[in-house]
Amino acid sequence: MCVLQLTIMSLRIIIVLAVFTGVTGSPSVTVRPEADSVYVTAHPNSVPETGEETGFFGKLEVLVEDETEEDMMATGELNPNHYPAQRAAKVVQHYLNTRYGSPYRLLGLQRVHSGNAEDVEDSGRKYQLEISVQEMIGNTTEKCSAEVLFPRGEGQRSPQVQASCEQLLKVNNTAQEEALYKLFKTNQSLLSAQNLPDSYGHIEPDMKPLWHLSIVASSAVMLNESTENTLYNMAQVANITQLATENDQVKFDCHVLLHEMVSQEIIHWKLLFTWSPPEGVKVLQMEQLPHCHDCEKPPNTN
Amino acid sequence: MEKKTLTLWVLSLFLLVLKTSNSLEEGLESTRMHDYAKYHPMEEIYTWMEEVERGNPELVSSAVYGRTYEGSNITLLKLGLENPEGKEKKVIWVDCGIHAREWIAPAFCQWFVKEIVHSYKTNKKLEQMLQNLDVYVTPVVNVDGYIFTWANESTRLWRKSRSDPPPNSSCYGVDLNRNFNANWGTVGVSFDSCQNNYCGKAAGSEPEAKAVMDFVGKMVNQTLCFLTIHSAGQLILLPYGHPQITAPNYDELVAVGEAAAAEMKNVHGMGYTVGTSPQILYANSGSSRDWARLIGIPFSYTFELRDKGEFSHLLPEEQIQPACEEAYAGALSIIANVHDKTFNSGTRPNAAVSGVAMGILTIMVVSFTAGVKV
Repeated sequence: MCVLQLTIMSLRIIIVLAVFTGVTGSPSVTVRPEADSVYVTAHPNSVPETGEETGFFGKLEVLVEDETEEDMMATGELNPNHYPAQRAAKVVQHYLNTRYGSPYRLLGLQRVHSGNAEDVEDSGRKYQLEISVQEMIGNTTEKCSAEVLFPRGEGQRSPQVQASCEQLLKVNNTAQEEALYKLFKTNQSLLSAQNLPDSYGHIEPDMKPLWHLSIVASSAVMLNESTENTLYNMAQVANITQLATENDQVKFDCHVLLHEMVSQEIIHWKLLFTWSPPEGVKVLQMEQLPHCHDCEKPPNTN
Repeated sequence: MEKKTLTLWVLSLFLLVLKTSNSLEEGLESTRMHDYAKYHPMEEIYTWMEEVERGNPELVSSAVYGRTYEGSNITLLKLGLENPEGKEKKVIWVDCGIHAREWIAPAFCQWFVKEIVHSYKTNKKLEQMLQNLDVYVTPVVNVDGYIFTWANESTRLWRKSRSDPPPNSSCYGVDLNRNFNANWGTVGVSFDSCQNNYCGKAAGSEPEAKAVMDFVGKMVNQTLCFLTIHSAGQLILLPYGHPQITAPNYDELVAVGEAAAAEMKNVHGMGYTVGTSPQILYANSGSSRDWARLIGIPFSYTFELRDKGEFSHLLPEEQIQPACEEAYAGALSIIANVHDKTFNSGTRPNAAVSGVAMGILTIMVVSFTAGVKV
């Protein structure tokens, strides 16, 4: 602060002095046209760009081969950073969460190490992947081998996944899970929460287990809905309400917003699911909700 | 001159000087008080821009270069110093907030300006670059959409602009990043106005996209680099979004991009993947990045900031600082590379990575992350 004030003070003095000594004007600037420094090298695959002269620089005259999307899919060894392997690996994440996810265990795709894809006649397309998966709550990482089969043909069938991870079940969450389960079963009023996370990305610590449970339940939907042309994440829990416990399973009704990256759409789903430490998360009902476009009228702005 | 008149003159001059230096102090104070680790609504961002300009007149000026569909100003801050030899300044373009829900992007533009303002006087390399370059920063391009995401909890995930529905539709908005004049309407778009990648009724039909194209179009010959900031996914995307079109300087774009990703990883260990959109994300057309490369701006990148799906666009505020720190390192890496290619020509081989620039950058990044008080 002191330095600032000194600077300001000396600035004031200089300005006053400058005025008195009659120093005026700004240095003149000559703009010398320089050689075009746009860096262009001929790239073997490049297409010459039509310049502004034609006035149509928004369009390129390019011979685009008429390829179906299937032909454009890579076969054989895949680049692990490119989208085909990444999308297939995300499906593995959803599968692992449906099988092993809990309020205290949540899995996230961390990296794809290698991948391979091949067409399986009359079946679909099979991906073989080596991935690393992160347990998000305990922050541990482990490697998994997985196979994903995206079915082709009549009807909407979900991908089939097989995965083996080195030590997924070794982390013991039993004590925490039992405590939470007891809390859910015995609390006086049924729990309920909205907007997890909120607009600022915030989740109350007490609500985090509900958020985790919703992600696990959503993973069942995301697994079912996944194709080679989708990439799903759960964006937000709009609403989650606890219902009466049934057969020793705590029960929840939730409204989740899924983000589908390729279309950039937010898709609303309603889920009914149960949980207990021995049974894990079981989704009883899932229903896609139509999103009301008419609802998005502008608020009263001034 | 009469003594009385002279006294009056001196007095009024002194008062003027006092007022100017007061607002300077105020400006500097409020930019230090603006919390860069929080998300800010549009009104606060407008106010902040005025304060930054007022507090740093030798470095910062502003310009309104367009109006949104609903009539709000599209405002940029221009950061630059006088060139001591009076040489022509080259241009770096940075825009944030083309997509309304990607709140970390406008947060990054504010952070970016703040870092430069707070460090250019003590960082020789940065000072030199600012003498050669004017950096144009638009904190929020899609002002209407951004304001809409702040309306209530149900609007938070809005992506598009807020233009009126076309005839026979009740759906608002256009995906501005599909509306630019670059292979418009060819791939990765929808012609259904209810979809989130609706590309509009024609290339440049949207005032927000048109404003950027008109303004940057006028300076295209001086523009070296075009950075457009988005979330999420942790990606550095190079042109083009069309799977069969390759930029003529593809190899160089990859090299400079990879250098940036390496710098970003050094900050907090987060990995950013480098590639074209059709390679690592999805094919698309009409993006600002593609338009920039197409009209001849040699370096054009889309930054997709944190995260990789845990929170996606709802990135927690406690991640704003680390996300911005790594993004700053990445952006500066590209700017320094581009600057050195242009202004130190002949002293560098074709390899994109400038060893000196990297060394200085590392020092800069380390000093920033070592507790720069905001």
